[in-house]
Amino acid sequence: MAPRTLYQKIWDDHVVEQSGDGTCLIYIDRHLVHEVTSPQAFEGLRMTGRKVRNLGATLAVMDHNVPTTDRSQPIEQEDSRIQVETLRNNCKEFDVTLFDLGDKRQGIVHIIGPEQGFTQPGMTIVCGDSHTSTHGAFGALAFGIGTSEVEHVLATQTLIQKPSKTLRIAVDGKLSSGVTAKDMILSIIGEIGTAGGNGYVIEFAGEAIRNLSMEGRMTVCNMAIEAGARAGMIAPDETTFQYIKGRPMAPKGEDWDKAVAYWKTLASDEGATYDKDVVLKAEDIAPTVTWGTTPEDVVPITGCVPSPEDFDDQNKQNSAKRMLEYMGLKAGTKMQDIEVDVVFIGSCTNARIEDLREVAKVAKGKKVADKVHALVVPGSGLVKAQAEEEGIADILIEAGFDWREPGCSMCLGMNPDQLKPGQRCASTSNRNFEGRQGRGGRTHLLSPAMAAAAAITGKLTDVRKL
Amino acid sequence: MMQPFKVLKAKAAPLDMINVDTDVIVPKQFLKTVKRTGLGVNAFFDIRYNEDGSENEDFSLNKREYKGAEILITGQNFGCGSSREHAPWAILDMGFHCIISPSFADIFNNNCFKNGILPIALPQEQVDTLMEEAKNNPDDLLEIDLERQMITRGNKFKFEFEIDPFRKHCLLNGLDDIGLTLQKESAITNFEKKRSSDKPWL
Repeated sequence: MAPRTLYQKIWDDHVVEQSGDGTCLIYIDRHLVHEVTSPQAFEGLRMTGRKVRNLGATLAVMDHNVPTTDRSQPIEQEDSRIQVETLRNNCKEFDVTLFDLGDKRQGIVHIIGPEQGFTQPGMTIVCGDSHTSTHGAFGALAFGIGTSEVEHVLATQTLIQKPSKTLRIAVDGKLSSGVTAKDMILSIIGEIGTAGGNGYVIEFAGEAIRNLSMEGRMTVCNMAIEAGARAGMIAPDETTFQYIKGRPMAPKGEDWDKAVAYWKTLASDEGATYDKDVVLKAEDIAPTVTWGTTPEDVVPITGCVPSPEDFDDQNKQNSAKRMLEYMGLKAGTKMQDIEVDVVFIGSCTNARIEDLREVAKVAKGKKVADKVHALVVPGSGLVKAQAEEEGIADILIEAGFDWREPGCSMCLGMNPDQLKPGQRCASTSNRNFEGRQGRGGRTHLLSPAMAAAAAITGKLTDVRKL
Repeated sequence: MMQPFKVLKAKAAPLDMINVDTDVIVPKQFLKTVKRTGLGVNAFFDIRYNEDGSENEDFSLNKREYKGAEILITGQNFGCGSSREHAPWAILDMGFHCIISPSFADIFNNNCFKNGILPIALPQEQVDTLMEEAKNNPDDLLEIDLERQMITRGNKFKFEFEIDPFRKHCLLNGLDDIGLTLQKESAITNFEKKRSSDKPWL
């Protein structure tokens, strides 16, 4: 057999049927469900008298709408409450496993899958959420789908798909101190653009990727969608297996050995080719922040706000003008002179235990600047409990951070955590789109360590100098 | 069953922006619905309405000459960002059945087909032509013929477009994917049996 990539191996293993024009019916191993993109899908099942085909492959949680404050109170916003209750009722009616609000395992859908061992190498994983690409960190083929496809998977456990092209992004060498997975993915998106991955599945490779922890790999794959890619993935290795071992839904006993033996066959073969190759040097990557309203608008923290004339393309020039106006920034301003009102540490990109450890390391013994409101929103109830056990929560509370309950929080403003018009936020989330964190809100994406530094100084700050 | 898409002859409205993301198409506060319909009035909310709720006159789709337009002409990478199907639902609910752009984000593109909307990717120069035409001659009708894969504007020009044959077939006939897939029930069951024996841990 010709050498195959990780993506091709997983694809081949999941084809149920292929038609003449290359369209395939592929089997879906895992389906994560949340309250925003599922109500119309369940409604569709109800109207056609269909059932959920594979209950063992389906797991639901509420995350987008949930308040991150006191959980003993009912949800105040009526439409949010209805959406959360609708998921609860649908899960009951269709027998789907749900991590409800009172459950310690509740959290952001892309945090809980890996945490429970529900996410495993070699799987096809979908969810009605674009950041499903996160699970690709385990060497799974994981991608976001729309509500019609959610219904399709619930009813048939399959999807109609055509194979994607493959793009290999290798990050060679070692990251400098103070530079993290988040800086790496922001730099990659800056390099290839938000449409650079359109039509591709990205395989991240190279020494700097291999050296990342699972948390770091999840951060990288999480944002593959921000480069327009269908999915991002990283070949599974010992780091992956060690992370999964012993988790509640991980294979056990004899099954474990069989699973690992299979997982070890997944890495791309020597000589496998990709439709496109991109190579970056890890040592060229600095702590990185965004200045505009798409994730490709990045500069090193040591840099300045660019001018529209810096871009060759007329469309991009027009768009840059609009972005500077929206962001309230002047070309040539030093990034480190930009003051922030809010710091948000959380989201499916950066709300895992390792992220919170990084924040605590920077914040220990320091104080959040007076005028800054700094929120820390753990990715799940279990992350929260672990951070409390490790003393991270105490360090953060002592420093003046607002320590919250798990959920999507200020990443997307579907719950009470939102920016006010004109407020500027240093955010560890994944999207700096106009209005994303609240109408008129201004977002700068950065790493957890950089966010912590901004909270302390009240400005965007080079964490290496703090 | 979706409404079949065969020939569409309608006005085209310009939305001359690149990287229009799904947060712009449907801001988050409108994602809390549990229905598919009724989203049109809030589509493009933040750029379409002023703070006081009145219509922003500078926003092209608010202009009187584009009322009743069913074709949207826009810049590259349209629909990037979130997977929310509320975005195509809202665009459909506004009355658009076809979107023309140099490129579309992947999930959004998929979601359009599931809702009977035809997304057409054309070379930048052709989109530029259509954009100028839509701006300068708003009352002229554009004809989209899916069967022939052809866009025409009277005798002015003819552009051919590409479309995946399976998707074309589904759109032309208004076919529902789930119904089609369920006809393959035995293939799925066989796959599941093999999966259980090959990968018992799943």
